[in-house]
Amino acid sequence: MTSSIVVRVKQKQIARLIAKGKRLDGRGLTDYREIKVEEGVVERAEGSARVLLGKTEVMAGVKIEVGQPFSDTPNEGVLTVNAELVPLASPTFEPGPPDENSIELARVVDRGIRESKAIDLEKLCIEPGKKVFVVFVDVYVLNHDGNLIDASAMAALGALLNTKVFNYEYKDGEVKIKPGFTPLPLRKHPIAVTFAKINDTLVVDPWLEEERVMDARITLTIDDDGDICAIQKGGSGYFSPKQVLEAAKIAKEKAEEIRKKLKW
Amino acid sequence: MSQKVEKLIDKKGLRLDGRKPDELRPIKIEVGVLANADGSAYIQQGKNKILAAVYGPRELHPKHLALPDRTVLRCRYHMAPFSVQERKSPAPSRREIELSKVIREALEPSLFLEYYPRTAIDVFIEVLQADGGTRCASITAASLALADAGIPMRDLVVACAAGKVDDTIVLDLMDTEDKKGNADVPVALMPNLNAITLLQMDGNLSLEEFEKAVNLAIDGCKKIYAMQKEALRAKYVNIKEVEE
Repeated sequence: MTSSIVVRVKQKQIARLIAKGKRLDGRGLTDYREIKVEEGVVERAEGSARVLLGKTEVMAGVKIEVGQPFSDTPNEGVLTVNAELVPLASPTFEPGPPDENSIELARVVDRGIRESKAIDLEKLCIEPGKKVFVVFVDVYVLNHDGNLIDASAMAALGALLNTKVFNYEYKDGEVKIKPGFTPLPLRKHPIAVTFAKINDTLVVDPWLEEERVMDARITLTIDDDGDICAIQKGGSGYFSPKQVLEAAKIAKEKAEEIRKKLKW
Repeated sequence: MSQKVEKLIDKKGLRLDGRKPDELRPIKIEVGVLANADGSAYIQQGKNKILAAVYGPRELHPKHLALPDRTVLRCRYHMAPFSVQERKSPAPSRREIELSKVIREALEPSLFLEYYPRTAIDVFIEVLQADGGTRCASITAASLALADAGIPMRDLVVACAAGKVDDTIVLDLMDTEDKKGNADVPVALMPNLNAITLLQMDGNLSLEEFEKAVNLAIDGCKKIYAMQKEALRAKYVNIKEVEE
C-alpha cells in the first residue's frame, strides 16, 4: 500500500536497490533470512515448535482430542488449523476475533498440510463414522517482521513432526487412554515459499519493510517430490503469467534447499 | 479424497457432463439486473447462479476507516443457505471471509482507486446456487457490476479455473470434479494487460502440469471475456432502442 510519504520514499529506495539485484538488508533477491527451528518447546502440547525467520518469530502447538469425523470422510481423522496474530507481536495487530489476515494465514498453512496429504489421516480413525482423532494446529505469531506465511508453515510442520498421539484402548464405544505414545503418522513435508513483487521484480522471503511497499505477494507450497500442492496470491497488485511460472521454478529450488537444511 | 469411486473422464475423453477437457460450461451473463444497486450483474455458469451488486462510490461508515488519498473497496462474498446440498449457515464462514479478501484483491488492480478519496465502493456477491468455481464466476460478475456502476477501470477482470481430473488437465471444473479431482487452479485475469490478479491452487501438480493448467485457464478467461463485453454492450444497446 503506497499511502504515506515515508513509505513512498522507502519504496523508491527499495526499488532502486532491487533493480541492482540488492536488498535493504543485504540479501540477494532469492535469499532467505536465517532460519532457526526449535522443536518441542511446550511440554503440555502434543507437539510444538518455534521458528525464527530473521526477526519474525512464530510458535505452533498441536493438541489432539477425540472427536467426530466429517460425514463425507468417515474414516479419516480431522485436521484443524488456526492462526492468532497476537497483539504483542506487532503494533498493527489488535485484540479481537480473527480478522481476514489471520484467517487467510491459517487457511494457507492448512491447505499446504492438507493438500500434500502430509498427515496420514486414515491412521487417525478410531471407529469409522463415530470416533477419530482431531488434530488442532494452533499457529501463534510472536513477532511480525514479514513473511508470516512461510514462518507459520514451518512452525506448523515442525510441531507436527514431534507430535505424539497417546496410546489408547477402544472398548464399548469408549476411548481409554493407556500409557505411552505413538508418533503422528507424517508422510510429507510441505514447504511454503513466498515472493513479493516490488517494482515488477520478484524477491523471496520479504521482510516487513518490503511487505509495506510490495505490489503483490504469491506463496507456493511445494511437497517432497517437488510438486506444487498449494498457491495463494495476495495483495492488490498483479503478476504476469511469466512471473508466476518463474516463481514456481524458484519455489521448487528454495523448498528443496530448506528441506535439506532443516533435515526434513 | 483421491479415491476414484467413479471415472471422471470416460473412454472417449469426455467428462461427466459430456464436455471435452478444454470446454467451458454454458454461460449466461446479464448486466443491470437490480434496480437499487448502482451497478449489478448476474451470471449462470453451469449450475452456478450468482448475483453481484455494486454500491458507490459513497460515504464510508464508520468514517475513521476512510482514506485521504483513495477509495476503500469492500467486498462481501456470501453463499445463500440453500445454495448447496446441505444447508449452509448464513453466518460468514472462514472460507467466505478468505474468498471475500482474495476477490477484493483480484478486483482492486483494475480500478483507479485514487479517483474517489474518502469514499467506499461496496461489492456484494450472493451465490444463489453453487456448483464449483463460484469464486471465479463471482469475479466475472462483480467486475461487470463495477463497470455497470460507471466506475473507471483499466480492464474488466475475468476469472476461470483449470485443474487436473483423472490425470487430464481440464477447464472450468464443476463441483464433483473439484471435490474428486487432483487439483484446482482458479485464475483471474485482466486480458488486455495480460495481468493475473488472482491465483490460487490446491491439490497436486508438477511444474509442467501447473504451466499447462495456467495457460488453459487463461484461454478460458479470454473466451469468457468476450461474453462479458457482449453482455455489457447488450444492456446499453437495449437502452438506446428504448430512447429511440
